[in-house]
Amino acid sequence: MNTMTLNAGEAVPAENKATKLAAEPPSVKNQAVKKPEEIAGTVGSPFCDEAKLRMRNVNVFYGETQAIHDVSLDIGRNQVVAMIGPSGCGKSTFLRCLNRMNDTIEGCRVEGELTLDGEAIYGSKVDVVPLRARVGMVFQKPNPFPKSIYDNVAYGPKIHGIASRRAELDEVVENSLRRAGLWNEVKDRLDKPGTGLSGGQQQRLCIARAIAVNPEVILMDEPCSALDPIATARIEELIDELRENYTIAIVTHSMQQAARVSQRTAYFHLGKLVEVNDTETVFTNPQHELTEAYITGRFG
Amino acid sequence: MQTPTLFALLLLLILVAYGTGFSRAVGAARSRGGIRSLASLPSYYGVHTALWCGLPALIILGFWLAFDDSIIRTLVMGGLSAKPESISGQNLLYAQIQNMAAGNLVGEATPQLTAAAEHLTSLRQSGQWLQTALILILSIGLGAFALLQISPEMRAREKVEKVLRAILLLCACAAIFTTVGILLSVLFESLRFFQTVPVTEFLFGLHWSPQMALREDQVGSSGAFGAVPLFTGTLMVSAIAMFVAVPVGLMSAIYLAEYAGKKVRAFAKPLIEILAGVPTVVYGFFAALTVAPFVREVAQSIGLEASSESALAAGLVMGVMIIPFVSSLSDDVINAVPQSLRDGALGLGSTKSETVRKVVIPAALPGIVGGVLLAVSRAIGETMIVVMAAGLAANLTANPLESVTTVTVQIVTLLVGDQEFDSPKTLAAFALGLMLFISTLILNFIALHVVKKYREQYD
Amino acid sequence: MTDLTQSTLTQKEVRERIESRLASRHRKEKIFRGFGIASIAFGVLAVLVLFTDIISKGSSAFVQTDIQLEVTYDPAVLGIETVDQESLAWANFDGVIREALRERFPDVTGRRDKRELYSLVSTGAGFALRERLAQNPELLGKSETLWFNADDDVDTYVKSLSKSEDGFLGRTSEQKAEWIQSLRESGELEKRFNTTFFTNGDSREPEQAGIRAALVGSLFTLLVTLTLSFPIGVAAAIYLEEFAPKNRWTDLIEVNINNLAAVPSIVFGLLGLAIFINFFEMPRSAPLVGGLVLTLMTLPTIIISSRASLKSVPPSIREAAMGMGASRMQVVLHHVLPLAMPGMLTGAIIGMAQALGETAPLLMIGMVAFIVDVPGGITDPSTVLPVQIFLWADSPERAFVERTSAAIMVLLAVLITMNTCAVWLRKKLERRW
Repeated sequence: MNTMTLNAGEAVPAENKATKLAAEPPSVKNQAVKKPEEIAGTVGSPFCDEAKLRMRNVNVFYGETQAIHDVSLDIGRNQVVAMIGPSGCGKSTFLRCLNRMNDTIEGCRVEGELTLDGEAIYGSKVDVVPLRARVGMVFQKPNPFPKSIYDNVAYGPKIHGIASRRAELDEVVENSLRRAGLWNEVKDRLDKPGTGLSGGQQQRLCIARAIAVNPEVILMDEPCSALDPIATARIEELIDELRENYTIAIVTHSMQQAARVSQRTAYFHLGKLVEVNDTETVFTNPQHELTEAYITGRFG
Repeated sequence: MQTPTLFALLLLLILVAYGTGFSRAVGAARSRGGIRSLASLPSYYGVHTALWCGLPALIILGFWLAFDDSIIRTLVMGGLSAKPESISGQNLLYAQIQNMAAGNLVGEATPQLTAAAEHLTSLRQSGQWLQTALILILSIGLGAFALLQISPEMRAREKVEKVLRAILLLCACAAIFTTVGILLSVLFESLRFFQTVPVTEFLFGLHWSPQMALREDQVGSSGAFGAVPLFTGTLMVSAIAMFVAVPVGLMSAIYLAEYAGKKVRAFAKPLIEILAGVPTVVYGFFAALTVAPFVREVAQSIGLEASSESALAAGLVMGVMIIPFVSSLSDDVINAVPQSLRDGALGLGSTKSETVRKVVIPAALPGIVGGVLLAVSRAIGETMIVVMAAGLAANLTANPLESVTTVTVQIVTLLVGDQEFDSPKTLAAFALGLMLFISTLILNFIALHVVKKYREQYD
Repeated sequence: MTDLTQSTLTQKEVRERIESRLASRHRKEKIFRGFGIASIAFGVLAVLVLFTDIISKGSSAFVQTDIQLEVTYDPAVLGIETVDQESLAWANFDGVIREALRERFPDVTGRRDKRELYSLVSTGAGFALRERLAQNPELLGKSETLWFNADDDVDTYVKSLSKSEDGFLGRTSEQKAEWIQSLRESGELEKRFNTTFFTNGDSREPEQAGIRAALVGSLFTLLVTLTLSFPIGVAAAIYLEEFAPKNRWTDLIEVNINNLAAVPSIVFGLLGLAIFINFFEMPRSAPLVGGLVLTLMTLPTIIISSRASLKSVPPSIREAAMGMGASRMQVVLHHVLPLAMPGMLTGAIIGMAQALGETAPLLMIGMVAFIVDVPGGITDPSTVLPVQIFLWADSPERAFVERTSAAIMVLLAVLITMNTCAVWLRKKLERRW
């Protein structure tokens, strides 16, 4: 087991709301469901054979408060896994563990075993720079840099030295924008600032920026929450296309979105992973009463 | 009546007016069924009466005090049949007359002087009488007028609040009065200066030697007013200061905002801010007695000639003074850059320094530029350090080890000590002041505008 | 839909390229971080050097070399018979001191040597003696043993002895050094606490120079500044924050205030000289004019901080009071102002600290005059502490260096106290909404 204490200069984001309610242990509705002994309180099938990301007994603390309780989960290769749950349930915090973005939060501590292709994510020798190049991230609010569209996409390849010659760079930029489905809309104004695009376009620009460094995994933290329905539909389509080449973990508070884009769904509640299953199973036949309550809209 | 006595009496009258107004309002209400029938609380009637009684009288008294001396002087001097041409001669004469009137005889008493002194005394006496009478009549009369107005229907509160609001507005306009005052004072004297010295000579002349020749044959006192050496000196010292302050201030702001842990921040930030609270005269002393000799020694040890008052020493110390200024302004702007941009860059695998250099700084650039411009304006207006450490010689040089002089140094040297207010030498100080005011005003204006626009961008 | 072209680089190639640059990127990171640490270190070092420099130069000024002499109030030497106002004015007290010195060193003859001997003691010793006799007239004709301030050269020499074996002789002759040695050995020469520094005004003689007059002048100037700038500043802030309509006039005032806050202080001095002194003919060198100039200078600071503290009062308070039927003015005066007061006071203290340290504008209005007497009011000629520091820093005597540094220490102590008060006040009274 790996324990790291991290403190870096940034402020604590909104997720750091105390999840202090000690929930009663999730009771299991259907005793027939197989429940592996070592994962306390998670029903369904958290593990899969060809796991890209493997998490075991993950605990996350913000100072004194524990935000994630003993979560174990696998994310399979070229799979879209959705994480849902009421706000403050820790799904974003969990997602940010996967590329160590929690390092930037002062007082945040992650315990447990997390591996990417069998290599430890947390560890004193692990360099976060190449790690984050392999595990890209798209954030809740579109956050294009105050630079041109071209420079936004070229930023990653430039700093990592993936493409150094102008021609190579042009190719990477065009490819990434094409894959993000933005090329046709912006090809004539690549030198205009990225902040001038519409919200949906900005978010696709951020996706293009993330895939420009050729990551293996893309983490998406509620990528559509700031967008209108049409833009949301575009992004969802895009996610479906990206699945071919990338492994995707997406946090969403929209159950419909989870149902539309993901193959597997994980339901978080008060920092605990309550249920993981095929998306269809979760939405049609939830096995845990909390999951059912959430899905049927009794809270959330 | 002496002015302090009159002032005390006036205060007493105001108190009486308040009391009378209060009780009169209560009295007027009694017949109507108590103070509930009044439009405002009785105290507002009291304040209303007191304002009428005191405010106009106080304003008149203020004007009186500001102008009576100069009016009396004009009358006395006007009454003289023969008087000296020059202003300084007139000043001397008037001082003599004043002394004589006060009973301290200096020199011999000519009949003209005696008569003038008597004239002065009588004018002062009648002035005093006039003042007392005017103030008392005004305050009692207006107070009585206000008392008569009191009726339950009168909305005393609204009237009082209107006056209060006007006073508040007047206070808010103090800033405008100050700006206008600065402009008028430097502009008028500068115009007078430019009548004797052409603007072009002042702005483009290469020779500065403001000592006017007292005799025709005096050496080294040409009275040349070419300000270019002062401008270059100011620029050089400011440039050295910015060369120190901008990198150090910016980098420490970056380190404190992006890297430092809580403990380091809690320790280093206040410590560096101490530098901002140290008076400039202390820096001047430090520059002149510690840094300048040190610079000189170092320069000599590597075989360079350094003057004991060098631009380098003054600039270095000024830079240290400006560090906290740059760092706190940069700190503000850097913290205004949204965290999401940092997350975006870090999420792509940037190192921290790449995030700072390629995302945070470019995003914060307008704000930083604004802050640096404010710092420049501060550097060129800084006085004490250069007065004490930069020297007086108006050298036109690019060598920072030589002594240079600056605009502010020359303003101080030209104006400190007694001199005639009309000589071009004195007026030159105001012309320099005008240049200083205009250039800092432009810098501030641009800087504040840039910073404001920058803040709006992320609000 | 989009045309998906496969990237020309495989994942493996990408990873190799990233790995190959990692080392140099981390090196750059370290360098950048190093620059940051170096900058912080430079700032901290500057503070430390500045303070140690001042303290090491100035702490010796708080002691002063004194010489013990047995003086006789001999009417013959003094040339007076009775003690009264008039006789005291022309009595030869210096003669008494000289007599005492000659008695202590009887073997000194020769005019030059004697003059050298007399210069052991400060020229102010005679005045001290006069004070003493004026207060105790019965001493006439009697003797007593008193401590007198030594001359500044002696003082400098004696103080330098503690630093090195030989000491800094300067203008002190070998012969004098011997006398000093003899006085030291007999315990008649001592370093004692320098009360003169706190009780005297300025003087041309370093050993008689003190900061009392400057401190009192600073106090008067600050009083004028505070009584004017605080009410005006608060009133202006209230108007701008609570009443001002959003129009161009208000914008103009705002821009003006922000600009004034950044105008060089010396320009305010020019304003003071041209308007207050030349136009209104107010007295030169007076705390009144100094206070007026500093008022104009600190006003923007006070307005800006007062506005900030008004802004921090939540609008719900205003709405609550307004809902009770209070007028705008009543809301402000009864509710908003008391809540904003702590913040305003903090701003005022910081503004006053700024005014206390200001020098340049006061030079313009003649507060640089050489003033010995402690001012008695706001129209008396006076100087202020920073200007006193400036004046002493210009003096050639070596003994003034330590006095300048000591005056700076006093000034910094006052400033630090004021700022600590401001911080304490803010912590103590700050309300979190």
